[in-house]
Amino acid sequence: MLRFLSGFASYWMLLGKVFSRPEKVQIYYNQTMKELMGLGIRSIGIVAIISFFMGAVITLQTAYNTENPIYPTYLIGLGCRDSILLEFSSTIVALILAGKVGSNIASEIGTMRVTEQIDALELMGVNSASYLILPKVVATLVFNPFLTLISIIVGIVGGWIAGTSSGVITSQDFVYGIQYAFIPYYITYAIIKTLVFAFIITSVSAFQGYYVEGGSLEVGRASTKAVVYSSVTILLFNVILTQLLLS
Amino acid sequence: MIRAENITKRFGGREVLKNVSASFEPGKTNLIIGKSGSGKTVFMKCLVGLLDIDEGSIWYDDVLFSKLDFAAKKEIRKEMGMLFQGSALFDSMTVEENVRFPLDMFTTMSYSEKLDRVNFCLHRVNIIDSNSLFPSELSGGMKKRVAIARAIALKPRYLFCDEPNSGLDPKTSIVIDALIKEITSELNMTTVVNTHDMNSVMENGEKIVFIEEGEKCWEGSKNEILKSDNRLLNEFVFANALAKQLKDSVK
Repeated sequence: MLRFLSGFASYWMLLGKVFSRPEKVQIYYNQTMKELMGLGIRSIGIVAIISFFMGAVITLQTAYNTENPIYPTYLIGLGCRDSILLEFSSTIVALILAGKVGSNIASEIGTMRVTEQIDALELMGVNSASYLILPKVVATLVFNPFLTLISIIVGIVGGWIAGTSSGVITSQDFVYGIQYAFIPYYITYAIIKTLVFAFIITSVSAFQGYYVEGGSLEVGRASTKAVVYSSVTILLFNVILTQLLLS
Repeated sequence: MIRAENITKRFGGREVLKNVSASFEPGKTNLIIGKSGSGKTVFMKCLVGLLDIDEGSIWYDDVLFSKLDFAAKKEIRKEMGMLFQGSALFDSMTVEENVRFPLDMFTTMSYSEKLDRVNFCLHRVNIIDSNSLFPSELSGGMKKRVAIARAIALKPRYLFCDEPNSGLDPKTSIVIDALIKEITSELNMTTVVNTHDMNSVMENGEKIVFIEEGEKCWEGSKNEILKSDNRLLNEFVFANALAKQLKDSVK
C-alpha cells in the first residue's frame, strides 16, 4: 500500500514537472511534430486494420444473433454503429494503442534513462521530464481523436462489406440501420473517452520509463508494466466515464 | 574553482561518500581516482547536482551550488559540460544535431552561426565528414569525441568526464586524454575527470584526489604519487609488477 501511495505521489510530481513552462517553445513544437508522426500517423495502419475486421465481426455476430424474423434486419447496421461508436473505437482502440504506443514510450524513455541520456539533458539545464513527455502527451491528445474517427469510419465500412458480401443484410438496410435513431452525442462521448485514454497511455507509460533503474532487463519490465497499468487504468476510467457521461 | 566540503551521501542506510572534501582548480585537469565502486561516480554526480547531498556543501567559485533551487542551479549548469561513461549521445539525433542541441536550447544564434560552431567543435575533436551519422554508426572513440564536442559547444567553464577511457583501446584512450587536457587549457576550464586508468593518471594528473570506500585517502599530483607512502594508494596505483618496478626505481 505504501509503495502504491509513493508511486502515485511520484506520478503526480512527474506531471508537475511535465507541465512546467517549456524552455524554448519552438523546440517543443518541433518535438511535438515528430511525435505526431511517430505516435499518431504510424498508428493509423494498425487502427484501420483492426477496426475493419472488428466492424466485420460485429456485423456478422449481430446478424447471427438476431435471426429471429421479429427483428428488422436494419438492426444489424444499428448494432454495428453503436458498438463501434460507444465502445470499440474509443476503448478497444485505446487498449490496442496502450500496447503499441505505451510500450514504445516506456522503452524509449527507459533506455534514455539507463544510458544516461536523461542525465545529460538534466546536466545541460533542460527539464528532461517536460522535454521528453510533454510533446508525447500533446501529440496523442491532438491525434488520437482522429484515430478514433478513422476507426469509426473504417469499422462501419468493414461491417458493411462483411454484411453485404456474406448476404446477411442488404446494403440498403445496413445504411438505413446506421442512420436510424442516430445520437450525435455518442461521437462526443467517444472523443471525450479517447482524450482521457490518450492522456493515461502517455503519462502512465512515460512514468514507468522515466523512473527505470538498472539495465535492459528493467527497461523490458517497465515496458510490460506500462502496458498492464495503462490498460487497467483505461478499463477503470471507462466505467467511470460511462457512468458520468451516459447516465 | 569548485570546492566540495565534507560531502556525505547515503543511499538508504548505506553511506557511499563519507565526509569528502576536495577543491578543483581552473585550467587544470583534476582527477578523481579509485577502484570500481569506491564512490567516484556518485561524488561526480553530487558535484554536478544530479544527486542531492545529505551533508556538506558544494561551491562553484563564490556560489553555494548545493543550496540553490532548481532554477538557479539551471543557470550554473549551462556553464557545465559533461562527458558520460557511455557517451550519452541522443540516439534519435545525428552527430550534428547532438552537438547543436545545447545551442538550439540556450542560444539565440542563427542557424548558420550554430552550424559554424558545431563544425568548429567537431573539427576540434577531429571528427570530420560525420555530421549526418547517427550514434549507432560511430565507434566507441568517435562517440566519446562527439560527446566532448557537445560538452564544449556552449564554451563551458566546468567540464566533467566520467571514465572517459572506459571501453577504449589504449591508443584511443591516450588520444582522448590528450584532447581533454588540450581543451582544458585552451578554454581555461575547471576539468574534473573520474578514472581508474593509470595512463590518464600519469599523463593528466595535475591534481589527483584518491577515493577508497567513499573516503578521501590522498590528494596530490602525479609526481607526488611516485613518492607517496600511502599504502592504499600504492596498492591501487602500483597494482601490477611493471608499475611496482617503476615505483621501486623512483625510490
